[in-house]
Amino acid sequence: MKELIKRLVETFGPSGDELAVRELIRGEIKDQVDHIEVDTMGNLIALKKGQDDSKKVMLAAHMDEIGLIATHIEEDGFIRFSNVGGVSPYNLLGERVLFNGETIGVIDKEGKLDDISKLKHDKMYVDIGATSQEEAEKRVKIGDTATYYRQLDLLENRLVAKGLDDRAGCAVLIETIKQLTEQPTFDTYFVFTVQEEVGTRGAITSSYGINPDVGIAVDLTLTGDTPEAKRMAVSLGEGPTIKVKDRSVLVNPQLKNLMIDLAEENEIPYQLEVLDRGGTDTGRMQLSREGAIAGAISIPGRYVHSPAEMIDLTDLENSIKLLSKIVQSDYQGLF
Amino acid sequence: MFLKQLSEAVGVSGREAEVRDLIRAEIKDDVDQIETDALGNLIAFKEGKPEYPTILLAAHMDEIGLMITDITDDGLLKFKPIGGIDKRILVSKQVVVGPDKIPGLIGAKAIHLQEPDERKNPLDYGELYIDIGTKEKEESEKLIELGMMATFATEFKHLGTDTVKGKAFDDRVGCAALVELLQQEHQLSIIAAFTVQEEIGLRGASVVAYDLDPDLALVVEGTSASDVPDSKEAGYSTQLGAGPALTVQDGSLIPSQPVVNKLIEVAKQNEIPYQFRKLTTAGTDAGAIHLTKEGIRTAVMSLPCRYIHSPASLINLNDYQATVKLLTKFCEEMEEGGLTDEGIN
Repeated sequence: MKELIKRLVETFGPSGDELAVRELIRGEIKDQVDHIEVDTMGNLIALKKGQDDSKKVMLAAHMDEIGLIATHIEEDGFIRFSNVGGVSPYNLLGERVLFNGETIGVIDKEGKLDDISKLKHDKMYVDIGATSQEEAEKRVKIGDTATYYRQLDLLENRLVAKGLDDRAGCAVLIETIKQLTEQPTFDTYFVFTVQEEVGTRGAITSSYGINPDVGIAVDLTLTGDTPEAKRMAVSLGEGPTIKVKDRSVLVNPQLKNLMIDLAEENEIPYQLEVLDRGGTDTGRMQLSREGAIAGAISIPGRYVHSPAEMIDLTDLENSIKLLSKIVQSDYQGLF
Repeated sequence: MFLKQLSEAVGVSGREAEVRDLIRAEIKDDVDQIETDALGNLIAFKEGKPEYPTILLAAHMDEIGLMITDITDDGLLKFKPIGGIDKRILVSKQVVVGPDKIPGLIGAKAIHLQEPDERKNPLDYGELYIDIGTKEKEESEKLIELGMMATFATEFKHLGTDTVKGKAFDDRVGCAALVELLQQEHQLSIIAAFTVQEEIGLRGASVVAYDLDPDLALVVEGTSASDVPDSKEAGYSTQLGAGPALTVQDGSLIPSQPVVNKLIEVAKQNEIPYQFRKLTTAGTDAGAIHLTKEGIRTAVMSLPCRYIHSPASLINLNDYQATVKLLTKFCEEMEEGGLTDEGIN
């Protein structure tokens, strides 16, 4: 599990360039699913056939991570950039990044910027060690994208890495496929989506294609358990969260209650999540075509969107347990 | 030049009929089928050989403008913006109002009458009005209904050798380029969509592709050019005269890499100048089109317009010709080999 997550987070995959992550995941699951395909947007869609094909369940975790995009190469080889998804300029100061999965660069701000509160992406640059525009363009072109350049570390029972949002969710889906001992109740589509961080776009087209009756996203959520944190009743290590609401969705109460009942019956710790910032693929599944019963399981994460996101291994294991119980449940009360 | 007629036609978002009629008349003999959908999008089909791919080309007909929201007792017209307008540029501009193009002038208190503090702030919509030369409400009401749209009264003109000025180049330049393309012969099937209501949220484009199922889509736009004195080169969106600009990412779209790569390849092969749009914000119809149903591979090609969204913008005619040429050659290339799946994402 740790080894799988290490490979997942250390693979390059900013929004719009999820190819390497997709191939890694495809390799992990292709022999254990009944059908696998990639759609026009690049979503990886794997089907585990159910005992009953009258309903379709879609599980979604996104493959993409936040990053940077090169917008201009200076004459002296410095690269100007914009953000891909929610990247704080403060997190970038002194940070190393990786363009195209191979070119390392370091970030600094313009020397004349005195007031740090005015730090913006357009006052910063990436130095890839090039001494001229021509030299830089051999390795990085306008439109090329970068991610944080970081390794995964294990701190006691906690993982620290870039890209846990949402490779941790991808790992939950992969492990659920691997650990399923019998067929899921209904036809279950494990969908690894693209472009979540720039507007949950992959989920729009994959939901349309699958047309699920039930949609469940697995993503990271925020916590309120750090010094002077903004109030949020979610803590690391106290179990996966069952989503009630985020800015994209009000979760179907029957699905929420089903998740709660299954967690309690199986003694899986859980927390309830009301996230007042950010949306997820959940909202897209809910509003696709004529609508679906939608909900989400989230993995509590600290320092989300930073180069050092932190999650708890026990939360991850419990997320897999809960998801496995759901896909093998009778979905009582839903239909 | 058809662009002159397009630029001078009036078509504020939601009131695109004049532009639509103009385009329909211009292309009706060059296409196999033409229709208008429920929202007002004009869709033209030019059938090619069935073995070749179908490309959807889109440009929006609508322009930014002003909506009349009230008539004062003095007969002056109050208004609200439709689309992204810089209110600082409105005062003293000549406009036309409604389908009968009633001429008017955007007025405000003269400088002599303003307090020193008032002069420091741009005039807001509350302080601006359109004066159509009437004396009282009843007189204005004979000419104007609430909800009518106003747009700038700007004549299309050549400036120097390569430059033209006019209003609504965003996106009548795209419409003009698509019309030229439809007037050529092609092997592949072309669907040209002239969309409505782009400026207020890509609304026409949100429905236009639903029944079309093209193999790929290309949006042709007018975009901001910021090669003006107070910008540094790194901050330029696009530059006039450097050819059509390809989008690498904007607020609504990460373009399909195989389509962008093919556009670059075609531009290089044919020595057509091109540039990248360095701004990664704002959106185009491509944002809505690429997420239609199960997804459509989509890219954006934009013509740089200086002073965009104002009463008069400038374009370089060489950029326009390069845009038409790149579109033409791209379509020819699609007939030859189409797209590979290489780098699909």
